[in-house]
Amino acid sequence: MAKIFITNREGAESEIEGEIGISVMENLRDNDYEIEAICGGQCSCATCHVYIDDAWMEKVGKRSDEENELLEELECVQPNSRLSCQVEFTEDLDGLAVTIAPDE
Amino acid sequence: MTETFIVVGAGHAAGQAVATMRSKGFEGRIVMFGDEPYVPYERPPLSKALLAGELELERTYLKKESWYPDKDIDFRPNTRVTAFDRKARTVTTAKGEALSYDKMLLATGTRVRKLQVPGAALDNVFYLRAIDDTLAIRKRMAGGSRVVIVGGGYIGLEVAAVAVKMGCHVTVLEGLERVMSRVVAPEVSEFYAQVHRDAGVDIRTGMAVSGFEGGGAVERVHCADGSSYDADLVVVGVGVIPNVELAAEGDLAVDNGIVVDEFCQTSDRHIWAAGDCTNHPNSLLGSRLRLESVQNAVDQGKTAAAAMCGDRKPYAEIPWFWSDQYDLKLQIVGLSEPGDEVIIRGNPDERKFSAVYLRHGKFVAINAVNMIKDFMAAKKMIAEHRAIDEDRVADAGVALKDL
Repeated sequence: MAKIFITNREGAESEIEGEIGISVMENLRDNDYEIEAICGGQCSCATCHVYIDDAWMEKVGKRSDEENELLEELECVQPNSRLSCQVEFTEDLDGLAVTIAPDE
Repeated sequence: MTETFIVVGAGHAAGQAVATMRSKGFEGRIVMFGDEPYVPYERPPLSKALLAGELELERTYLKKESWYPDKDIDFRPNTRVTAFDRKARTVTTAKGEALSYDKMLLATGTRVRKLQVPGAALDNVFYLRAIDDTLAIRKRMAGGSRVVIVGGGYIGLEVAAVAVKMGCHVTVLEGLERVMSRVVAPEVSEFYAQVHRDAGVDIRTGMAVSGFEGGGAVERVHCADGSSYDADLVVVGVGVIPNVELAAEGDLAVDNGIVVDEFCQTSDRHIWAAGDCTNHPNSLLGSRLRLESVQNAVDQGKTAAAAMCGDRKPYAEIPWFWSDQYDLKLQIVGLSEPGDEVIIRGNPDERKFSAVYLRHGKFVAINAVNMIKDFMAAKKMIAEHRAIDEDRVADAGVALKDL
């Protein structure tokens, strides 16, 4: 198991033992964080938006073109924005820190 | 006294609702009844990744199986609620058990519309609504299988895309003159029919299936025009019917769905309903409607559960839908109507275009094919009833949001 540190929309910080091999979105959803993830991880809806802690940006990797197009249309997009359904949680990401973006 | 909430159904709306009940701080008893053996799951992958064998079953679950006992939710799989008594506030199950409730949520969803033609009960004639349907189809479907799909809607075409990729010989028989006619513009139907044909799918429109032939298992599909198609298996996707019988027998108002208000409350103040089974008002659209959609199931599941916990917020979202076929992402916002004006943006030949619907000059709906930015912009613009520069819609070089 590996850790994920999460800051919720109210700014409260917490940590979970993440499950390896599934997405960060699925980890957040399984632990009752307030993301919608309506499309279930199909990169179709942009309702699982998170900000990746800058220190992790490189390890997390780049957005796909589709993901980029979804993100760019959000009002709260930042350079460190990702759709959490498109980030697979791996051993390498042990200690990953994310902030859940505002609902929009 | 501890309060009891009963949830009838264990689909997307129910799964969302029980999660919301707990996140809103409801500490009473929650009992959720489902017909199927599975915890609430995502249905969209059933005709896509799960059918293709690209997704493990457990990853379709909205929450892990262990989440329910952890949250003290009493989930009763394989248990159908057969009746309820509004006055006594009790439900009865097919197993003969009776349970009392303080508040109840009906999330009974829909069931598939079955074909009423000779031979419809033959083996290997499948419908697709539940996990077990997908698993059964997958078992029968292999490279070289002759697959006949009845119905060229979302489900039929998604199954066709998976089957042809698997190496099956696929024929789609659509009753109307074009595929997905209920949900997309003629230009989009034409584009999708061509994409399927290019992939090797035999798409036939205007075909009324008159019967199935075979000894035990289906071997051939017959159409009213006299044509017939050899088949190793048939998948039928010709729409769904809302499950309203329980509500109607329980004396709730029913009219193409269980009638609810903007808080998902039924005509009984102790009973709510959510998801595909509801006939609900939508102030953004200015009408009542019944929807078959994940977005609606999730949002109504939330609205109903919050209202049951005393947090009443009206439901009003512009409906949106999606369908993945091949490398194409079809995203739909809003509800089109016959008579709407349709303007095409972008180029179907480049597999990147949108059909924009205008009604009396107002932007009301969009079919976006690999046009993610249009989809995202449309969600906001349609909800805000924003005006649109009609003369420039066709120019895909201008961002939709800037029109």
